[in-house]
Amino acid sequence: MEEPKIGVFICHCGTNIAGTVDIDEVREFAAGLPGVVSARDYKFTCSEPGQLQIKEDVKNLGLNRVVVAACSPRMHEITFRKAVAEVGLNPYLLQIANIREQDSWVHKNGSTEKAKALIRAAVQRANLLESLERREVPVTPSVLVVGGGIAGIQAALNIANANHKVYLVEREPSIGGRMIQLDKTFPTLDCSSCILTPKMAAVGSHPNIELMTYSEVEDVSGYIGNFKVKVRKKPRYVDSELCTGCGICIEKCPWKTDSEFDMGLGKRKAVYTPFPQAVPNVPVIDPDVCVYFEKGTCRACEKFCPPGAIAWDQKEETVELEVGAIIVATGYDLLDPSPLTQYGYKRLDNVITSLEFERMCSATGPTGGELVLKDGSAPQSVAIIHCVGSRDKNYCEYCSRVCCMYALKYSHLIGEKTDADVYQLYIDMRCYGKGFEEFYKRLSDEGVNFVRGKVAQVTDQVAGEEEQGKLVVVTEDTLLGRMLRIPVDMVILCPAMVARADADEVARRFLINRGADGFFLERHPKLEPVATASDGVFVVGCAQGPKDIPDTVAQASAGAAEALSLIDRGTVEIEAATAVVDEEMCSGCKICLALCPYNAITFDEEKKLANVNDILCKGCGVCVAACPSAAITGRHFTDKQIFAEIDGLLADVKPPLVAV
Amino acid sequence: MVTGTYEPTIIGFLCNWCAYQGADLAGTSRMEYPPNVRPVRVMCTGRIDPTFILKAFAEGADGVLVGGCHPGDCHYLEGNYKAIRRITMVRRMLEQFGIEPERFRLEWVSASEGAKWAKIVEEMTEQVRDLGPLQWWENVREA
Amino acid sequence: MPKLWPWAQGKTETKAEAKVEAEAEKKAESEQKSGRPSMAKPKMALYWAASCGGCEIAVVRLYEKILDVANTFEIVLWPCVMDFKYKDVEALPDKSILITLFNGAIRNSEQEHMARMLREKSQVLVAYGACAHIGGIPGLGNVSNRQDIFERAYRETPSTVNEEGTYPQLSFQVPEGELTLPEFYDTVRALDQVVPVDYYIPGCPPTKHQTEAVVEAVIAAVTEGAELPPAGSVIGASTKTVCDDCPRIREEKSIKAIYRPYQIIPDPEKCLLDQGILCAGPATRGGCEAPCPQVNMPCIGCYGPSPGAMDQGAKLLSAVTSNIDSRDPEEIERILGGIPDSIAAFYMFGLPASLLHRIRLERGAAREAEAAAKGAQ
Repeated sequence: MEEPKIGVFICHCGTNIAGTVDIDEVREFAAGLPGVVSARDYKFTCSEPGQLQIKEDVKNLGLNRVVVAACSPRMHEITFRKAVAEVGLNPYLLQIANIREQDSWVHKNGSTEKAKALIRAAVQRANLLESLERREVPVTPSVLVVGGGIAGIQAALNIANANHKVYLVEREPSIGGRMIQLDKTFPTLDCSSCILTPKMAAVGSHPNIELMTYSEVEDVSGYIGNFKVKVRKKPRYVDSELCTGCGICIEKCPWKTDSEFDMGLGKRKAVYTPFPQAVPNVPVIDPDVCVYFEKGTCRACEKFCPPGAIAWDQKEETVELEVGAIIVATGYDLLDPSPLTQYGYKRLDNVITSLEFERMCSATGPTGGELVLKDGSAPQSVAIIHCVGSRDKNYCEYCSRVCCMYALKYSHLIGEKTDADVYQLYIDMRCYGKGFEEFYKRLSDEGVNFVRGKVAQVTDQVAGEEEQGKLVVVTEDTLLGRMLRIPVDMVILCPAMVARADADEVARRFLINRGADGFFLERHPKLEPVATASDGVFVVGCAQGPKDIPDTVAQASAGAAEALSLIDRGTVEIEAATAVVDEEMCSGCKICLALCPYNAITFDEEKKLANVNDILCKGCGVCVAACPSAAITGRHFTDKQIFAEIDGLLADVKPPLVAV
Repeated sequence: MVTGTYEPTIIGFLCNWCAYQGADLAGTSRMEYPPNVRPVRVMCTGRIDPTFILKAFAEGADGVLVGGCHPGDCHYLEGNYKAIRRITMVRRMLEQFGIEPERFRLEWVSASEGAKWAKIVEEMTEQVRDLGPLQWWENVREA
Repeated sequence: MPKLWPWAQGKTETKAEAKVEAEAEKKAESEQKSGRPSMAKPKMALYWAASCGGCEIAVVRLYEKILDVANTFEIVLWPCVMDFKYKDVEALPDKSILITLFNGAIRNSEQEHMARMLREKSQVLVAYGACAHIGGIPGLGNVSNRQDIFERAYRETPSTVNEEGTYPQLSFQVPEGELTLPEFYDTVRALDQVVPVDYYIPGCPPTKHQTEAVVEAVIAAVTEGAELPPAGSVIGASTKTVCDDCPRIREEKSIKAIYRPYQIIPDPEKCLLDQGILCAGPATRGGCEAPCPQVNMPCIGCYGPSPGAMDQGAKLLSAVTSNIDSRDPEEIERILGGIPDSIAAFYMFGLPASLLHRIRLERGAAREAEAAAKGAQ
């Protein structure tokens, strides 16, 4: 290795650093460190003239290492890497000493001493830095979209319309997701299926979209730009090529079960499409319900099917796809409110959830759009309880964001269908979106009763004549400061939106993280709202957190734009600070094999050596730390570099060794 | 050697994605805390070779503080679980070496927990100050 | 790293001398024929410090090759085998011994004195065997201290009768004069922690083929001027670890429990670590041909760290614990409970050469000892 010629550049950051750190003292100190040929300071090193100072010194003094003592590397490392690269220095020969965020801003006393230690450590580490080359690999110009709700549909259409291939994978027999279960949408009261079905049809017929319903992603390997995805297609037992969607099989099937789509309020057949406008309009046979699978008899569907599309011998198949980017749009679940026993869900009749209410309101729903009690009569009074599990530290601390608005919508729908009195039991009304506050105002004028308070319980224990045969909602009205008992016929719960039950598994499959709330975690809450920890994998819609339809659509388009900008570029830059195995040192002990979260380590049984695939490697260093023979080097974070840093940080602590 | 003005030196090993960002946030939020922790940035707590910890003590650190992402939040999915495994053993071994448990801490600090970082540093600095200097090199100097 | 003796330089410097030496050897041969003692044979010393004696046996185990050694060298010190006097060696000029094979760690003042003296008298000082190389089994004494060791050895052991509670004294007056004993140290050190060392021959003890190879290389260097490995080398060992030598079949690791060797009967074909037995093989320099794993016993680490590793125990600890099959802190704690004595488990041989060298000494006690020592002078 060449003799290090290090330049140290100390930034004042106006008074941000210079206000507490004695710059002159630190500069003198830095100038005296071994390997340092120049030490300078400047008001704002990140500014044009500041960068010029660095560039000039690299050119004129022949610097081969640069140490910048300034703000956090997370702030300007990229800026300074670019600057040194412009004058021909490898960007990995730059080292930042963070003397602002973790020094001048946080210490009243001792910041000068700490700055010296940090700079000494940076200089000692810089001595051992090595040049690294970034590489570019080609990108497969297609995208996988996982989840066929409104988010997945929107993203798929955006990308397909830009003339790129999209694979849309949906686990249910039809796309449509949660939105197609809804009746009307707030605040405009558009009919949900009216606005969604055209988009669903567009997906179904789009030449660039390969729709894979009743399918699940089983395995993802590869890396940004070059993912390999295995999709498991469940057998429909109906040949999609032959089926005309006439629906005779459904009509003739004698076997019934609870409809998942109708939240168990209605029934469906053993052969079914979840709803009439399903895309694709090809039924599936549920082998758990169909008697043929149990006893080998019936076959009513087969007998009556005009094109002979029933295919009993269909098998599960696995398809392999190659894609450049992945958009995860797997949606949300509603919190099951039955553990919140005070609300009586599943214990008391006529206590229902919001989605059940949506299905009841739907003209194609189990009651044909009639709002009815269990006994078939219309309710005279309805209570809507907000924040069931949301904003509740025992369940979900977050706000589910859509409940206030759909609860208002319910007031309107109830008013349309019945003469019932409606009570909104809320903690705070959150009407922050476009047209939301206006909608709230409109509903207030429609004579809805708003009661501010968290409901204590819903009970059938009556305490008076007027409560006879009713559900009693017990709550405090915090505006009036008194307890209320409100007798009603029906209670609608607005449960929290929660991450899908299998979110953990999905996160692992796509190598993305989950936040404390269980939803998938975006890389940066503000500036990278759809990127994830896994390069090339984006997350959109309610899989990322509760949101309404407009936000979901906007985010889905953002995800599509990110995916497009990746696959349109054609190539992608690969991390250079990866792990590498020294074949001379590797003994084939296999300690590292199981540790890599990206399966980047393979074993060559012939040579008895471990190999790191440096395209898959993300440079976390877990194998480096575990390798007992020190055969794996973590580029840019080598043992020697870190040892030098530790030595540098402690050089003023330990007295110089006296020769023995 | 041991005087009233003793200030401990603690080496911090911080993961790039959580603890380091958390410490940065403490800075951005101008939370004041003692200057005794000197940070080493690594990409992941999973990169922390027990050798680093022993090296820090051997070179004169009075304490070592490891900061990483909360379990489940690791940027590299599971690096912090590997750190837990290693550090559980290192902690027990350090005790056997006669190094008080207060001198070695593993803490989960997310990118949003600047205040937590400041509090941990303050608390640990105080504890280690009370324990007094470690000065490991003294142990190997033969009388 | 210890400062290394610039032996190689001394060697290249003197091409002319090599000629002289060769001529001298011819002369020596003729002298031998004439039955007169050879004055020109290079000198060799073998010394044992804190060790078990196994290394001495390893040298003798050269069998007939020991005769080549005797023919090539004039042995000036080998206390285990012959009666030499220290003062005769002390009287030799500096650098007059070509090679010293030094086995054993430094545990007391006599050993330290001999190490320094032999360093001065020798051109090449070789740390022979695990104890000189990295501290060895005696190095485990570093989990204790002088006081506690004396307490145990001279008072507590059931077979000891010591009613007066006498401990060894540095000096004792008897009518005939003063009796002295070397000072017993708190801390055991490897040879290179006391003096610079040129070569290391690892192993407990070094294997026969290794000793042979080294002796042959040195003889070739002396008689034919062949090149020796660069100073500071560990010689007779591999750059890889014991796993490279070990024939057992290894899989991806997933450790659910850790067993002591007596607790299970291991599968003779499979990797011991895969079966939950703590084997130091992955973190130990190879070249020994893995004799221990081949007889169903785990490697205990006598060859020291792999060439790139700074601390053998830390590396072994990291390798093993990384593969514990749990994410639950309590379960991890429980599984690691299978390693009750972590220092002995990870540093059976290398404690003195490790980063921390020893357990912490009671500062107060250490300072008192220092003061007492000063007062005694």
